[in-house]
Amino acid sequence: MEQGYNFAYLDEATKRMIRRAILKAVAIPGHQIPFGAREMPLPYGWGTGGIQVTASIIGPNDTLKVIDQGADDTTNAISIRRFFARVAGVATTEHTAEASIIQTRHRIPERALREDQILVYQVPMPEPLFRLEPRVAETRRMHALAEYGLMQVRLYEDIARLGRIGTAYNYPVMVNARYLMSPSPIPAFDNPKMDRMPALQLFGAGREKRIYAVPPYTPVKSLDFDDHPFRAIRAPHACTLCGSTSSYLDEVVTDDRGGRVFVCSDTDYCQSRREKAA
Amino acid sequence: MTPLLEASGLSLRFGAIRALDDVAIDVWPGEVLAIVGESGSGKSTLLRVLSGQQAAEAGTVRYDGADIRSLSEAALRRLSRSDWGFVHQNPRDGLRMAISAGGNIGERLMANGARHYGDIRAEALAWLSRVEIDPARIDALPRTFSGGMQQRLQIARTLVTRPRLVFMDEPTGGLDVSVQAKLLDMLRGLVRDLGLSVVIVTHDIAAARLLAHRIVVMRHGRVVEEGLTDRVLDDPQHPYTQLLVSSVLAA
Ligand SMILES: Nc1ncnc2c1ncn2[C@@H]1O[C@H](COP(=O)(O)OP(=O)(O)OP(=O)(O)O)[C@@H](O)[C@H]1O
Ligand SMILES: [Mg+2]
Ligand SMILES: [Zn+2]
Repeated sequence: MEQGYNFAYLDEATKRMIRRAILKAVAIPGHQIPFGAREMPLPYGWGTGGIQVTASIIGPNDTLKVIDQGADDTTNAISIRRFFARVAGVATTEHTAEASIIQTRHRIPERALREDQILVYQVPMPEPLFRLEPRVAETRRMHALAEYGLMQVRLYEDIARLGRIGTAYNYPVMVNARYLMSPSPIPAFDNPKMDRMPALQLFGAGREKRIYAVPPYTPVKSLDFDDHPFRAIRAPHACTLCGSTSSYLDEVVTDDRGGRVFVCSDTDYCQSRREKAA
Repeated sequence: MTPLLEASGLSLRFGAIRALDDVAIDVWPGEVLAIVGESGSGKSTLLRVLSGQQAAEAGTVRYDGADIRSLSEAALRRLSRSDWGFVHQNPRDGLRMAISAGGNIGERLMANGARHYGDIRAEALAWLSRVEIDPARIDALPRTFSGGMQQRLQIARTLVTRPRLVFMDEPTGGLDVSVQAKLLDMLRGLVRDLGLSVVIVTHDIAAARLLAHRIVVMRHGRVVEEGLTDRVLDDPQHPYTQLLVSSVLAA
């Protein structure tokens, strides 16, 4: 660990403040808790909210995995992993099974998470109602009174226009049948993984200064209509590399003549399947 | 029988202006009550206070026997989106302009828990027909509608939950005379068929005569006269009402 920083970069008072926000968030599943977000030595788009959450819960014995769009090897994921290796001296891993904390942007790992793991989401916009109701005070009132008809109207509009619910990312969910929550821009395909997940799920929004949480085994339901039930959609292909027919796939252009293949977006999942097969 | 809505002693000042000065009114089940009076006489303020959108400084409003100020915010909002309706003069204030006609009609149903798309859609189609908008326009945005159509859409969106009591603030205000007449006719039919209680604010004495069972005349925040529509219009007692009725006749 590099000298000159407090452990995990943030000072102890800040970490305590963030932990208090996390505890409140865990106590009221899906409810957004304001916190005094700090400037981090990384730009907002890099997930400073998630980084602050991770910095507040990480200990010297933790093993950290960071993914971005399911991959461990993007610039964003590598930078955040290096950051924590430097300021906290923690072990890092690319293997989902070996991690005690997984910080993520845009995906939930394919491998089922366990009770002894924590999933930390980087959240660009925590308020699920912000496109529908620009007045912040009004969105608070809607949450306080659980008035979520307007979100249902948005889904109605989707079906009326497209014949189906067109939302493919950041698909709104009800947490514990009480709070409407943005799952962050993960694919709707991942939503069912949030439901009654054994791992603790923490969400940090740096620019908007909000933290929220889904405690282990909490019901998380994607909004839908009785006659248009939620469906977790994936490309109808097998992974070109590992053959998986159940994982979430990325479409990759292979040449400039329009050639394309589908591969697992979760690189660790894909790799471990190939190793097992070999 | 007891009144559906009972207000008494309502007072509210804005600085030196007495917008409401000891106002009392009752609305009976199935009754249409018109509130008339010159501009600034406190009609819209009264409507806001009666519908719980604004608190008075003094007085009480009872709905179904309960003081609406004793209701929690959640209960009042529930009442506002189920038992009550509010029709604004400007349809832009009562419609969501970025949402289709069907979505506008369905909103109150969804807010009250409807979760079956097909049922919501069927209900929206039925209401479009009922307010004489071509059901083929169900997915069109309100901004592509004429002023009269927008107002009819606002009415459909309000009535879809079968409210018992509807507040209307100059619902025909911004419309051409011929369009006004058609809308009034439609309102009269809906009020009768649904057995609605209505409190309607209007400048238009002819509209009041057509729709209202009773009339309340306001001036400077006070009720100066009230009575059955024909009595008030044909035999006005208060000099201000006489002026109001005669100026309409002269116009
Ligand atoms: N929010 C407010 N702040 C200050 N004064 C107000 C406010 N609302 C209303 N008033 C004043 O209270 C008086 C009554 O207004 P109100 O809008 O109720 O009249 P009205 O009878 O509806 O008039 P109009 O026919 O022009 O719509 C007016 O003098 C108005 O200027
Ligand atoms: Mg007015
Ligand atoms: Zn694969």
